[in-house]
Amino acid sequence: MPKKSNSAPIISSGPVTYIDAIRQALFEEMKRDKEVFLIGEDIGKFGGAFKATKGLLDEFGPNRVVDTPIGEGAIMGMAIGAALMGMRPVAEMQFADFVTNAFTQLVEQAAKAHYRWGAKVPLVVRLPSGGGMGAGPFHSCNPESWFLNIPGLKIVAPSTPNDARGLLKAAIRDDNPVLYLEHKFLYRRIKEELTDSDEIVPIGKARIAREGRDLTIVSYHQMMHLSLQAAEKLAADGIEAEVIDLRTILPWDKECVLASVAKTNRLLIVHEATKTGGFGAEVAATVAEEAFNLLDTPIKRVASIDTPVPFAPPLEQYFLPSVEKIIDAAHEIMGF
Amino acid sequence: MAQSRSNLNVKPIKLNALTLKPTGKIDRALAKKLYYQMLLTREFEDRLLKLYKQNELFGGLYTGSGNEGVCIGASMVLKKGDMMAPSHRCTGTHFVRGETLEGMMLQLMARAEGQTRGRDNAAHQGSIDRGVIGYISHLATTSTVACGTAFAQKVRKTKNVSIGFLGEGSTSLGDFHEMLNFAAVLNLPFVLIVENNQFAYSTPTNMQYRCANLSDRAVGYGMPGITIDGTDVELVYKTVFAAVERARAGQGPSLIETVTFRMQGHSAHDGAEYVPKEMIKQWEKRHPVDLYRKKLIKRGWLTAKENNALTKEIQAKIEVAVSYAKSRPYPEGATAAEGVYA
Repeated sequence: MPKKSNSAPIISSGPVTYIDAIRQALFEEMKRDKEVFLIGEDIGKFGGAFKATKGLLDEFGPNRVVDTPIGEGAIMGMAIGAALMGMRPVAEMQFADFVTNAFTQLVEQAAKAHYRWGAKVPLVVRLPSGGGMGAGPFHSCNPESWFLNIPGLKIVAPSTPNDARGLLKAAIRDDNPVLYLEHKFLYRRIKEELTDSDEIVPIGKARIAREGRDLTIVSYHQMMHLSLQAAEKLAADGIEAEVIDLRTILPWDKECVLASVAKTNRLLIVHEATKTGGFGAEVAATVAEEAFNLLDTPIKRVASIDTPVPFAPPLEQYFLPSVEKIIDAAHEIMGF
Repeated sequence: MAQSRSNLNVKPIKLNALTLKPTGKIDRALAKKLYYQMLLTREFEDRLLKLYKQNELFGGLYTGSGNEGVCIGASMVLKKGDMMAPSHRCTGTHFVRGETLEGMMLQLMARAEGQTRGRDNAAHQGSIDRGVIGYISHLATTSTVACGTAFAQKVRKTKNVSIGFLGEGSTSLGDFHEMLNFAAVLNLPFVLIVENNQFAYSTPTNMQYRCANLSDRAVGYGMPGITIDGTDVELVYKTVFAAVERARAGQGPSLIETVTFRMQGHSAHDGAEYVPKEMIKQWEKRHPVDLYRKKLIKRGWLTAKENNALTKEIQAKIEVAVSYAKSRPYPEGATAAEGVYA
């Protein structure tokens, strides 16, 4: 076994990718708390399908980086059992799509344990999500809506390296099961300097990514970046959009959204998951229910179309939201 | 260390079926405890059936008449710090692990002071301190959770073990396969006990599986497996003892199939007309509580008089628990909104 070091395995200085921010958060939390451990497929010597756990086996050993046979249900069940004993598991689904194999454990065991018998389940499930890379119907999903209707779960979806680290730390320190949606498209496409290592991003707090007075765009994950690009182009037409990066999907920051809508009186919701029953429906319904009088125009949603994620580039392009689709929707709202 | 077949020799590896040799010792004091817990279970559940018929219980009632030898024999092996995932046929295991009659009755009668505060039915309560995982209705999956408690015990080097209970019906689920494979590969201190009581709701065993013994599957996972008479509480105790000792010593998991019979319906509403009358007649002669009583009397470890006194004592305790639970309040409706998150 290679010599152990006390320094972070990846970061000294300079901009850091989203995936390395995840790895850094895992490393720091494992250093901080010996109850934190990782469990999943190919996460040991191989370092995981996306290398999020690269080097961690050498640093922490096989009892804390538990490389398992294939079996998401058993990974989840085991993680839950360890969490009941006071450990703090971070279970990796190799792709978010495979969490379907662990559905019973997540929604019946983990989500209901505290409500039913008062047992804490401090569990984090890492879910490499999202499309845009031609990965087809089984390696591209955005699963948040599957779990939105499950009381007892929390769902976070960071869009920047700092949030990726800060939200993962918050998720690991939370006493509840937290689904950590990490967007694969962002893994190596964005970089930034990380802030203080102890900084966590609180679960349930959104962020104003861009201020504006004319229109509120609520978004998260990769779609937050598209929304920002759209906002820049809209600004050229004299439309100042406010872009909210939700960061947490459950429980989501209603106050932040309502305050923004109170200012702009217009709402556009953008997400990559398919439209029907998507998270946008929840935001739209809540704003209509609680702040109908604030709205000057109908609410609009931009989301993927209601199909499985298609494979061929032209199909996937048609399927996914785009900067153009966001701009078109914004113009429709502004022209109402 | 990665180890896979590294040459081109693909001749099948010879299978070595591992088995367990029952090892636990049973003296008179332990025998008395085993019998007490079995009798308590039977009397308690018989009282529950009456309460059910009197509309004092809500929802379904799941009893385990015929499973007493398994649930008591197995759970009596456990020590402090050991964990257990019970099934709905394991009422008695809760008492073995320290639940009180009052506590159980409050839970089953949906009272505010029941362990789940009226949020969940049946014996779904749990307690980490008592080593009981609150099981869910998707039965096989709670034994997978027990693999996780076993993992914690292993990495903490506590010499503790976790055991799971499930019925022969649950062995048809993928969870059964995943948990045993994981337990074997990760060498977990885990023992899985299959309560084969011949019927999964209305489904008989020939419509559930086609292997001769469910323990035959153990060889496929590389762990010891054994099929035993589940109506013999001492045999269950000794066999589980051997598996648990093996697990405590770091030698990994085992699979134990206990064969018995579900003497009543799937739940209290179920008349079980689908079970052949002749089969019931045969198996009734082998009710584990009756068998053990006869055995102890024959051995001179129990007299009929002592048995009567013990039964009366237990019945009186149960009545106290029933009256107590009936006198306690239901939860306030608005408390339904509390406690979703820790």
